[in-house]
Amino acid sequence: MGCAVSAAGAVTGAAVLGVRIRKSYGGGFELEVEFEAAAGITILFGASGAGKTTILDCVAGLQTPDEGAISIGGKSPAYLGSASGRMGHLLFDSAAKVNVPVRLRHVGYLFQTLALFPHMSVVQNIEYGLAALDAGERKSRVAEIMDSFHISAMASRRPGEISGGERQRVALARTLVTRPCVLLLDEPLTALDAATKAKIVADLRAWNERFKIPILYVTHDREEVFALGEQMLVLENGRVVARGLPQDALHRPELESVAQLAGFENVFDGSVVERHVEQGTMACRIAGSQVELEVPLTRVAAGQAMRVGIRAGDIMVATMPPQGLSARNVIAGTITKLEQRDAVVIAQVECGAVFEVHLTPGAVRSLELAAGAKVWIVIKTYSCRVLR
Amino acid sequence: MMVQALALTLRLAVVVSLILLAISLPLAYWLTFSRWKGKFLAEAVVSLPIVLPPTVLGFYVLVALGPASPVGRWYESLTGHGLAFTFTGLVIGSVIYSLPFSVQPMAAAFASVDRKLLEASAILGASRWRTFWRIVLPLSFPGVLTGLVLSFAHTLGEFGVVLMIGGNIPGATQTVSILIYDQVQALNYRVANETAGLLLVLCLLLLSGLYGLRRHKGWALWDAR
Repeated sequence: MGCAVSAAGAVTGAAVLGVRIRKSYGGGFELEVEFEAAAGITILFGASGAGKTTILDCVAGLQTPDEGAISIGGKSPAYLGSASGRMGHLLFDSAAKVNVPVRLRHVGYLFQTLALFPHMSVVQNIEYGLAALDAGERKSRVAEIMDSFHISAMASRRPGEISGGERQRVALARTLVTRPCVLLLDEPLTALDAATKAKIVADLRAWNERFKIPILYVTHDREEVFALGEQMLVLENGRVVARGLPQDALHRPELESVAQLAGFENVFDGSVVERHVEQGTMACRIAGSQVELEVPLTRVAAGQAMRVGIRAGDIMVATMPPQGLSARNVIAGTITKLEQRDAVVIAQVECGAVFEVHLTPGAVRSLELAAGAKVWIVIKTYSCRVLR
Repeated sequence: MMVQALALTLRLAVVVSLILLAISLPLAYWLTFSRWKGKFLAEAVVSLPIVLPPTVLGFYVLVALGPASPVGRWYESLTGHGLAFTFTGLVIGSVIYSLPFSVQPMAAAFASVDRKLLEASAILGASRWRTFWRIVLPLSFPGVLTGLVLSFAHTLGEFGVVLMIGGNIPGATQTVSILIYDQVQALNYRVANETAGLLLVLCLLLLSGLYGLRRHKGWALWDAR
């Protein structure tokens, strides 16, 4: 029971999860990824439908890739499929016709829904994966993990009788007590508040200090990405489009997922109307409207499609047509909605296209802004980021 | 005569519902989880007894059990007598006739178990067998009990199939429903009334007990979450 015993051959060096898979679905969606995940947390980030959960399902064996290989061990996935790639714990290899059944993979998988067994107590849930151990060993392992995840007090309760955060801990303990070779977490902490989240992540890190396994952590929440601050893979339409630490991946805002991560509340599709090479700008029209924006010059040719991202906090609002400004984009519009969230007032301004603008409550008061008010929004050229 | 018929009926219902339990659990499991494309055919066959007149079913079972069929001949060579008009023949006919009442609630209960729980079980290293006993069966217990009780009650009240296969032999094949028919034919309305009333009360008690249990809050034993 546990990772070391289960490995088909000797696992040399630190555990590395190697994934090189391709899987196509009807409707044109194709997943094609190749990456290695070393011991520790690797974040899989992307919008829903990017293929994050499919990757986890393939590693766990719940879905079968059309082609490729998945291994745990010190080998690069490039070697998988060749005889030498067999040294590690090979989970799947289409070339060698290896497809280890789910129950023999020794993979830990925490679903978004947790999937705790509702008719069993906390302790019965945690013991479930330890059927192969003798009673004494099982008991001590369960006691140990319940202790390290601070759930000993609720041993005899059922999942329906404990809080959300406690359920998360129980599900994590149930997964980790089996000492898996790799841990898959599918948006495990989405429903929790930041403080509870941080505590659980700290416990998880402490656990992994000892076991040092690769952990794939799926999320679409950018705050969670920054809080974790680990290596990340950014997925878009079934491809890895960026990798590295969150702050590095952020330097590529031309990617849609990264744009959302970087906080562009306004993302518009449009086309280039005219290029002003000598001014270092180009004019573009937002699709489905007459709104024209002046944006920094890029390689996009006139007439071609492009996408612009603008942070809501970079847009200014004026109640009179402003004059003598360096900002090139001054667009008349009407406020359609004002909504205060914490210390930010979120305004929607209809200018032919709908812009989201973030204002301070003080600004809203001094300008006497209200829904229906006629305003001019002001956007600097360099606040318009051409995303592609 | 009524006591004898009642005892026979209860014995038949117990034997049939227990056999059905043993058949229906694997059959319902297969119908729920098999990915075979022709599964709908099996589903249709299992449901046939709901729509077929008992006489049609009884007729075919009678022919299949009779000396003209290989099954009937084989049984006769083993035991020295045929299957038709015996208690065993009655059991076989009743099992087929009540099959959908047992399989359908169980299959529906199995299907309503969250698939993620089954995946979680497999990921934790459990075989399908262990997953069935530890997860699927406990979580579908209400459905399994419903199938058991419905097949029991349905066998209690069956008439046409019994008449076709079993005939009307007191102590061997004369069930309560046949006795009632017999008494009405003999214009013996008092006995018919008593027997019919008894069967009505029995079935009503059984079903109200079942549905009462299902409504009861403590029934589920665990929170739905």
